[in-house]
Amino acid sequence: MLPDIVALTTSPSLSVPWWKVVYDFSSLTEWIDASLHNYMSPFWTTITEMLIIGVLILLFYAVIGLFLVYAERKVCAFMQNRLGPNRVGPFGIFQTIADLFKLLFKELIPIKNADGFLFNLAPFIVIIASFMAIAAIPFAKGLHAIDLNIGVLYVMAVSAMGVIGVLLAGWSSNNKYSLIGAMRSGAQIVSYELSVGLSIITIIILAGSMQLSVIVEAQRDGWFIFKGHIPAFIAFIVFLISSTAETNRGPFDLAEAESELTAGYHTEYSGIKFAFFFLAEYINMFIVASIAATVFLGGWMPFHVGHWVGFNYIMDFIPPFIWYIGKTFFVIFLMMWFKWTFPRLRIDQLLTLEWKYLLPINLVNVLIMAFIVLMGWHF
Amino acid sequence: MDKIQLGEFIKSLASDLEIKEGKQYLEVTVPPSMLYQLARQLREKEEAQFDFLFCLSGVDYGSDLGVVYHLRSTIYDHVVVLKTRTSDREHPQLDSVADIWLTANFHEREVFDLLGIKFKNHPDLRRLFLDNSWGFPLRKDYVDDINIVYK
Amino acid sequence: MEEKEIITTPDEEQEYVINMGPQHPSTHGVLRLLVSLKGEKVKSIQPHVGYIHSGIEKMCESITYPQIIHLTDRMDYISAHINNEAVCLNVEKALEIDIPDRIKVIRTIMSELTRLQSHQLWWACFGMDLGGLTCFFYGLRDREKILDIFEETCGGRMIVSYNCPGGLMYDIHPNFQKRVKDFIKYFRKILPEYDQLLTGNVIFHERSRGIGKLTKEDAISFGVTGPTGRASGFSCDVRKHEPYSAYDRVQFKEILHTEGDTFARYIARIDEMWESMNIIEQLIDNIPEGPFAVKMKPVIKLPEGEYYQRVETARGELGVYIISDGNKNPYRVKFRSPNFSNLSVLNHIASGFKIADLVAIGGSLDLIIPDIDR
Repeated sequence: MLPDIVALTTSPSLSVPWWKVVYDFSSLTEWIDASLHNYMSPFWTTITEMLIIGVLILLFYAVIGLFLVYAERKVCAFMQNRLGPNRVGPFGIFQTIADLFKLLFKELIPIKNADGFLFNLAPFIVIIASFMAIAAIPFAKGLHAIDLNIGVLYVMAVSAMGVIGVLLAGWSSNNKYSLIGAMRSGAQIVSYELSVGLSIITIIILAGSMQLSVIVEAQRDGWFIFKGHIPAFIAFIVFLISSTAETNRGPFDLAEAESELTAGYHTEYSGIKFAFFFLAEYINMFIVASIAATVFLGGWMPFHVGHWVGFNYIMDFIPPFIWYIGKTFFVIFLMMWFKWTFPRLRIDQLLTLEWKYLLPINLVNVLIMAFIVLMGWHF
Repeated sequence: MDKIQLGEFIKSLASDLEIKEGKQYLEVTVPPSMLYQLARQLREKEEAQFDFLFCLSGVDYGSDLGVVYHLRSTIYDHVVVLKTRTSDREHPQLDSVADIWLTANFHEREVFDLLGIKFKNHPDLRRLFLDNSWGFPLRKDYVDDINIVYK
Repeated sequence: MEEKEIITTPDEEQEYVINMGPQHPSTHGVLRLLVSLKGEKVKSIQPHVGYIHSGIEKMCESITYPQIIHLTDRMDYISAHINNEAVCLNVEKALEIDIPDRIKVIRTIMSELTRLQSHQLWWACFGMDLGGLTCFFYGLRDREKILDIFEETCGGRMIVSYNCPGGLMYDIHPNFQKRVKDFIKYFRKILPEYDQLLTGNVIFHERSRGIGKLTKEDAISFGVTGPTGRASGFSCDVRKHEPYSAYDRVQFKEILHTEGDTFARYIARIDEMWESMNIIEQLIDNIPEGPFAVKMKPVIKLPEGEYYQRVETARGELGVYIISDGNKNPYRVKFRSPNFSNLSVLNHIASGFKIADLVAIGGSLDLIIPDIDR
């Protein structure tokens, strides 16, 4: 039983254009839910839905992971006057799949005197943390595994769990470099979590909600980065810096710091266990980029300019999912850009940057934003 | 100071010196007992100020083992070559100059490693390149049937 | 009841000692540093060398002088040409041969090209040590152009062996002058790009200013030469103090800085690249006509005596000390390698800083391990 889209779109009672309905995934998901209910009990419906969503997210995860690795190699090649992968498939697009097979077939080297249980557990903690965070991200209207009313808090809390895996990996490897890397990572993530949180709080004040779908909906008439005057822009910059640090990417990749600590916390990992760390890094990057896109850049909302009706009308044609992916990849590109341009910071400079600069800026920023909202000066 | 003046000056610093005007530099041969004292004077005397030890080489002269110090003054730009030798091939021992020129620390370790000359008062006299079981390869009587092809 | 013994360990046993190397990305070869740490801070560094000790000095005692040239290539393989030149100049000095101007000028141009490509490689690796991976590709891209010029004229790219006692192995390629001029024109535009990428970067300044200070007195005492020494204000450019080849007929500045920190060493090398280009530009249009090699006896025997020749390699002062007993083989050859002395200063300047600084300081000293081990 398909939903009667034609009836809906032609219905004079609904003045919304037809594409808005097609782009709204909630009718599709509601139809699936309803038809499942027809065949099974509510309990089994929930189980089946969870399974479907799980499989879909897993697929999405793998595809995004592979694509991001490819994208990073191409972007990095572009920055460095190289061609990048260009042998496997057209423009080398199958290179990462070949890499994946290589990693799958590689030997898992057992480490002497390593704490076996924790050593094997660590990559799973890292990957599960990033896996869980993806559930709460709104990809398009209605395309949402779970719409928690504290979505932002949930994503931040869950993605910060990854540091436990990093610490365990460093500690259990029985390698001095790994331990230094893990300790650095711990200090770094704990510090930068503050900045990420505070910069998001700035926007939460503006949006008045922690629910991601509400935050997106509130940006219908303008993205928060434009609506929130200068404080929102500052918050965006701070978020960009601190989220790069939180995902352990350059110029803040001190936990790995290949020229100092060989490979930091994952020095001793090989094969698929290494691939987990590798993949988790890219997915974490995707998650923070999607948070940035959702919270600052309007999520899946199209770009609208004031009263330009024609322009806004054309923008509405572009599907929300494309908007969302486009914004996310824009942020990811920014992060790749500074990874491949800047040299690495030192650990004390990294902490100085956070505690002496970003945190005070952020605190003042939150105050200013609260004042603006209180006075109703925002757009 | 030119070579001749420098030779006169060095002669006044210590006795028992053999001073020769080489093709390139002034060469001074010192008995091992006088070495450290002369070196310190060359470093510290206002007129000499040899502050840059630019080469320290150990040489096996056949009967003797010796060390050659190439010294330069960065202030006056004059050069002197100090030579010293010891005839004791079993337990050769010379004074270390590592506290006068810090670069001598590594160079003396190298000489100790390759020629087996021990340096008294050296802060950290260990072999540098080779392990302890190795002989002293730069000596002329060093025999290695595996790695050296004898014609 | 047994009294429990309180176990106290001395400070040395509580040290966190890590082995940097022999296989470590930032030691550029097989240097092994035994680093004792206190947290992130470096307490002391003990360099362990000798992993690729090849006994070049011993080998030299059993081969002839023209053969030695090919061993010197393998010492400081990044500035191979200048090492060759040192031995050739020493042999020529001992034999009292007059070298035609053409040879001198070509040698000087080649030396400066060698210095340029060495500094390019250093810049590339230094950027990588600090975490800026893009520098590596920029540096190597430009170095490749010089290596192509080398390949055309010398046949080899890195290990050129282009010098021989009495001149050069072969004449320059007809394209040589044009290609060098093209390269200089190209690189004058590219070098500011290096500055844009790294020199002006705030993070780079933070990472390099005031790190690993070396005073002039210490530089002299440790025998630290080359750009490293000159960054501390130690005027040690052999090209100025004891000009050889055609350095007495060109105008160039000796780059001197007084700060002595990592940043000064960096700037000293960047400035040297500019100076090298100046030197090449002065000479490239005025290569005199003449033979490319002097006729030498088939067997070269040096008169009995001692000979010492200093040259300025890309890393500092290289000394070749030959003792001859009149045979076709030298009695003793000693290479005073610049890297050996430069390494000895590492503990002195890097202790007290952090691991990341140790990497930066090590990078700024520009150590080439085969030159240390010889």
